Order: sequence, then C-alpha cells, then structure tokens
Amino acid sequence: MSASARPPDRDHPITRPTATVHLGVFFQGVNHHTVWSDPRSGSQTDFSSFRRLAETAERGLFDAFFLGEGLRLRETNGALHDLDVVGRPDAITQLSALAAVTSRIGLVATQNTTYNDPADLARRLASLDVLSGGRAAWNVVTTDNAWTGANFRRGGYLDHADRYVRAAEFVRAARAIWDSFADDAIATTTREPSWSRPGAITPVAFSGATVSTHVTPTVPRSPQGHPVIFQAGDSPAGRTFAAEHADVIFSAHGSDLDDALAFARDVRRRVAAAGRPRDDVKILPGTSFVLGDTEAEARELATWLVREQISGATALSILSHIWGEDLSQLDPDGPLPGHDPAPRELSRTRGTGAAQGDPAGLARRLRSHAEELGLSIREAVIATDRRPAFVGTPSSVADRLVRFVRTGAVDGFNVSPWLVPDGLDEVVDRLVPELQERAAYPTEYVGTTLREHLGLRSSRDVHGARDAIQRTVVGA
Amino acid sequence: MSSRPLVLAVDLDGSGAHPAAWRAGSDAPDAVLDPAVLRRRVLAAENGGFTLVTLDDALTTTQATVSSGAVAARLDGVVRAAFVSQLTTRVGLAPRVDPRGAEPFHLAAQLASLDIASLGRAGWVVGDADQPGLADAIDRVVPELPADRELEVADVVRTVRRLWDSWEDDAVIKDVATGRYVDRDRIHDVAVTTPTFAVAGASITPRPPQGHVVVIAPDTVLDPAAADVSLVGGADVAEVVERAVAARGAGAPRVLADVEVLLDADTSCAARLAALDADAEWTPTDALRFVGSPFGLLLLAEQLAEAVDGIRLHPAVVGTDLPVLTRFVLPRLFATRIARAPRLAQTLRGALDLPRPENVFTQEEAA
Repeated sequence: MSASARPPDRDHPITRPTATVHLGVFFQGVNHHTVWSDPRSGSQTDFSSFRRLAETAERGLFDAFFLGEGLRLRETNGALHDLDVVGRPDAITQLSALAAVTSRIGLVATQNTTYNDPADLARRLASLDVLSGGRAAWNVVTTDNAWTGANFRRGGYLDHADRYVRAAEFVRAARAIWDSFADDAIATTTREPSWSRPGAITPVAFSGATVSTHVTPTVPRSPQGHPVIFQAGDSPAGRTFAAEHADVIFSAHGSDLDDALAFARDVRRRVAAAGRPRDDVKILPGTSFVLGDTEAEARELATWLVREQISGATALSILSHIWGEDLSQLDPDGPLPGHDPAPRELSRTRGTGAAQGDPAGLARRLRSHAEELGLSIREAVIATDRRPAFVGTPSSVADRLVRFVRTGAVDGFNVSPWLVPDGLDEVVDRLVPELQERAAYPTEYVGTTLREHLGLRSSRDVHGARDAIQRTVVGA
Repeated sequence: MSSRPLVLAVDLDGSGAHPAAWRAGSDAPDAVLDPAVLRRRVLAAENGGFTLVTLDDALTTTQATVSSGAVAARLDGVVRAAFVSQLTTRVGLAPRVDPRGAEPFHLAAQLASLDIASLGRAGWVVGDADQPGLADAIDRVVPELPADRELEVADVVRTVRRLWDSWEDDAVIKDVATGRYVDRDRIHDVAVTTPTFAVAGASITPRPPQGHVVVIAPDTVLDPAAADVSLVGGADVAEVVERAVAARGAGAPRVLADVEVLLDADTSCAARLAALDADAEWTPTDALRFVGSPFGLLLLAEQLAEAVDGIRLHPAVVGTDLPVLTRFVLPRLFATRIARAPRLAQTLRGALDLPRPENVFTQEEAA
C-alpha cells in the first residue's frame, strides 16, 4: 500500500505531496558499521570495489557518491584501532578516477578546511568539477585538535572557537577562485589575438582573519558553476555555517520523524535568517537500510547485523574508549565495570564517528540500559549504538522514506551500505522500484550536473552577483 | 652506457611545449580543459608504445602569462592522471607536483591512491618552479631562498616515501578469529621532523602497489640519488650526455633526457616553427630542443641511447607532433630495438626495470 492510502497523520501532515526522494551513497569504511568480516565482503582498498559501488548507485539513479576523509588513523588509548576497516583513498583522487567510469552521478569529496590550503583545494575541486562535466561536490568539515594537526605543516594551530571562522573564510576564498574566469574568458577560435580575453581572468586577493591568498587561478567554472557544497556539522555553529554557505546538509537526523522535522524547522529558520529561500538547503541525513522479504525476516537480519557490527572485542574497545583505560581483558558477556570513568574530556583519537560527549554521561547511559534489562557489556553497547534506521520490506521502507520526504522532514538520504562492494544491490534492485511505483523517485537522470539532480539553483544565481554586474556592463 | 633499449615518455600537458601551440592544431582553444581531448591523447600515447605520460602542472599562473596571450588554464595534474588511469591499461602516469605547494601527508595519499587505482602505474614528477606567486597563493610561509627550497624539496620527498612505507605490504590481515582487520605492528608512525614541518602518524592510505610511486625529478631539483628517475636536459647533446653521466655517477637509478621536439608534418618543421614563432617566442628551457625530421630524431635517439635510459619528449604541438611520433618515430625505434614498449600488466617500475623498494620500517626492524 502506498503512503497516501494510509489514514492522515495529524501530527505529521503531508506538506509536499509530490516531493521525490533523493538518494546518495556514503562509502564510509572506517567504523564498526562496515562488516568486513563477512564472507561476502570484498576488498576495502581495491579501486574495483569503489567502482562497483559507484556503478550500482548510478544504475539506481542516485544523485551522489560520497567519500569520507581521513586525517589520522584512529587510536584507542594510544594504540592504533585495529578492529574496524583501516585506510582509505584520497577522496578527490579516487573520485577523479570514478569520474572516468561514470557519467551522471555526483561525486562528493569530504575535505576539511583546517589542514588544507584554499588555493590548492579550490583548484583540485574545480578540476574534478570540470573533468566530470559538473558533477563535483565538497563536503566541508572542520577539525582543530592538535593530535590530528600533528600530521600537517601547521600543526594544531587553530582554536576550536575559530574553526567555523576559518571554514567560512575558506569557502568564500574558494568561491572567489571559482569565479575568476568570466564565462567568455577563453578564445573561441585559434585566430583571436590572445588565448584569454584581456581582463577576463580576475586575480583573487583574499585577506581574512584566518585565510589569506593572492592567486591567479587556472580553472574556469564547470557546467554547474561551482561544486555543490555539503556540510555535516551538527553544532549550532555548524548549522549556522550550513545555512549561510551550504547547498546540502548531511545530517544525523533521519531515523525519527519528529526529530527530523524539528531539525528541518531549525535549519529552515536559520536559512531564512541568512536571507535565503527556506528550501534553499537540501537535507540528506545519513542512514542505512536492512531489507527483508517479510518484516520479521528484516528484523531478524537487523539483529544479526548489529551483532556482527559489535563483536565482543568491539564492545570492549568502545568501553575502553569511554573509560579511558584498557578494558580489553574484561568478559564482553559479563557485567559493566563497577567503577566510573575518571572525569576528563573524551579523547579525540577515536575519530569523529565515535561516541562524543561526557564519559560519565555515556557510562551512565550504558549502565542504566544494562541494569534495567539485565544486559551484558556487549548487549549494552549494542543497545546504545546507532541502529539501522530503516528495517523492513522494500515496500514498507519505501512508504516510510516517502513519508519523511513529503512531510518536509528531509529531502532524501545518504545510504551507507554495511557490505562492500555489493551492499547497495538490494537497495537499487528492490527499494528503488518501490519508490518509483509511488512516483517518488525519478525513472531516469534528467540533467547532467549534480546541481540539476538535486534541484539546486545555479551557483550563479546565488553567488554570481559580481559576474552579473560584469555581464550587464558588457551587454550595455 | 646503457645496455637496455630506451623507454619513451611524453609530456601531454596543455596544447604543447611551444607557447603558440594552441593556435596550431585543429582543436579549439579550450581543448586544454576537455576530458575527451585528454582521453584521446593519452590513449594515443599508450597505443603508440610510450612507457610514461607526464602531466606538467602548476598551482597558479601569473598575470604576465595571462597578458602575454598564452594558455592560462590547466586542471590539477593528479586529478587528470587519476581520470585517465581508468581509460588506460599499461602506460605509466606521472603528474607533476611541486613539494613547496603541497601538504606532504595529503600528497602521499593522493599519489598512493593514483597507484592503487592504476594498478601500479603511478609516477610523480617532482618540480620546483621559479614561480612568482606561489608564496602569495599558499596560505602559509613558503621557503623562498635557494638553499631552503632545495632542503624543502628533499625533505618532502623523503617524508612522502616514509609515508608510503608506513604501512607494510601485508598490514591488512582480516583475522576474523580475533576480529583484527589490520596487524597494528605492521603500521608505523613516520615521526618526521624537518625545519619547516613535521608529520607524526602513518599514512591514511595503504602502501601503494609499487611500494613507492616512481619518483621522477630533474637533476636541478633533487639529488639524483634521492630520485628513481633523474631528468636531464642541456643546450646540446654533449651537455645532455655530460649531465646524464654526472646523474648516474651521483647515484640516479635511471636517467631520462628531456627533449622538446618539433617535427616535419604536413608542412616542413622549418615552416611550422616560423609560423609558431611569429605568434609567440619559444624561449629556451632546460630541455634539449630538436627541430627536424622523424629520421633526424631517430638518429638523435640512437645517440642518446649511449648515455641515458630513456627520453621524455615534449611535443611542440601535441595535436601535430604526437601523431608524427607515434606513426613515424616510435615504430622505427621499436623495430630497431633502440627503444622498447611496456608490456601488459607491468607496473611502471617493471617497465623501467626498477626494483620494488624495501620498506624502510621493516629494514629498521631487521637491523
């Protein structure tokens, strides 16, 4: 049954009855949600695995293929974390290779603004955008801790408070670099007096509190103008940054409809406050699917999956991270430690996907679950871990996805497959047709650029004021 | 003196080595940005039997270049190389990256990723352009004094090699019984400290298939012993030979001569040169310059074969000179065994007859 056949839900009214679901795939890799130990798992390193996923996503008419970023190998209490997938490719390099074997899907590179150089990163993104025919995007992330900085020239130079100051200046500098070529800058025939029209390539001079660059750029705009900007930070500063600068928010609010609606309201308020149309920023939360022939089968599969994701060793490793001491010798099927973690800041070395916040609070949460339900260490960690958001038959999951989109809570989802490289096959072969049957998913790519896939305004309308002025002068 | 047949490389950046090249071919001026043109040219080079395609690059251009009327656009070299890695099967791919503009940690991961995606065909042309503007473009202090620059280039190369070694080849163990994906004893912190930067941890990317990406550097930029392939130029053959001998004496594992070529095509080389020079002056570079017939180039190659392991050609006009090279020069060089073409499923190291480097960390452990 389709969503529209259900009785109306007064708490979650359908505000966008014809809205369609946008899908992206996030190849996340380095965390315990990727089940590398399954016999069906392939290489996490070989290019062919990435190609297989990207081709499957493109077959499923996904908007985007998304890669994360690694700046330092994760550690638990000073030792390299060895239980999850370790290692990944450089995102822009890998996406450039994928651009050659795909033709429509968007290519999203996560890149931080703290340990990159604006002139260099803006150019690499623009190069990918031109080579892919306007399919590039940049997921802007920030970081500031000294442990990560120790791998980079400037070390841990940036104060936590300044991370979004730097990010905003970095994006503004990048946009200036992307706009340096006028659209008619390059000669159209070999008989013109010079390769570029005099005055049509504008040097960029950007000086801010945290970013300074003077550069004559070498890459013109792509067919989509600027690479699409994604943003993933969830803090108030991150949300405001997204409202001012981003085209897409890669949120963590996509499993509970009330939570997703509250997040969407907050984001749209911030977007309007930034002087933009309320729906200018698309919301695509990260998620995962577990599909079965029946609801019971899907639930059973989900139960199996979380136990695969959180082995006894992984549970103890998560515990060691929260307690700040080596607890790997405990019995994962036994009770939680009797003592509380020492009061301290949680270490940043476990990566951004790990538990965040106050160790005592995290320990309390585990303990309350364990005591209430009589759970072992492993069971308590499983009970408090992120669960697959959508578990069910392709039909019931499709209904729920459509509901999320048509109530205005989200614009779509970034799916993380838990099996590499075949984990997307079921989504494309079984879930996408259900969405198409509900007229909630495209049946072909209409445009060629990522901006067109996502229904975004051209970057020029948003950011190209300077050029509009130039064109007016030229046209007058 | 070299006993093996020569390997042949070609630089396919932009429209060609001559600044007026963009006017000369049949391509539109914006062909330098066109993925289809890049694909066509790299495939032509691969099919012609070149062992290596290099892609010259620079982070920024100058207002002087722009106002001179020359080509002022160029896509990032690593991005271009990665793109063509999936369209080719046997040719080596070496983008130029200048260490002073790069973040060593990112650079090591980029080149390792290129090597993984190309199944062991990646190279790195180490450059250090006298580029006015680099220091202004980069948002940090960039070494500018000659001695500091030399040190910086050497330090970045050393650090990048160490990052490639930070994972042992067999670090991924996927031991289901213990739940360990990697053996943490086979992944090493690089712990490099130089006067201008430090890198603490291991690379984010596993060791590349070749162990180390092939490091290719002009003898003027990097100590030949620190490179895998040293590039030498010269105003005449005698100087090229002299520098090749010196580079080899200094410990260069392989030496390639840089040669700019403008050949007889539909019109004579002299007429072509005059037409190009009428548009823009072709200022001399460090490369040896050859203007002449395909047969003359064969003789030059034979001469150089006495002193070098290979030749990197810089076509004056890619659209014109590359077809002449692949049609009239390379087949003769292969037929006479003056030069050799790469075989299928060879790595770039294999095609250059270079050994796969030992891992510095396993060597340290063994010592």
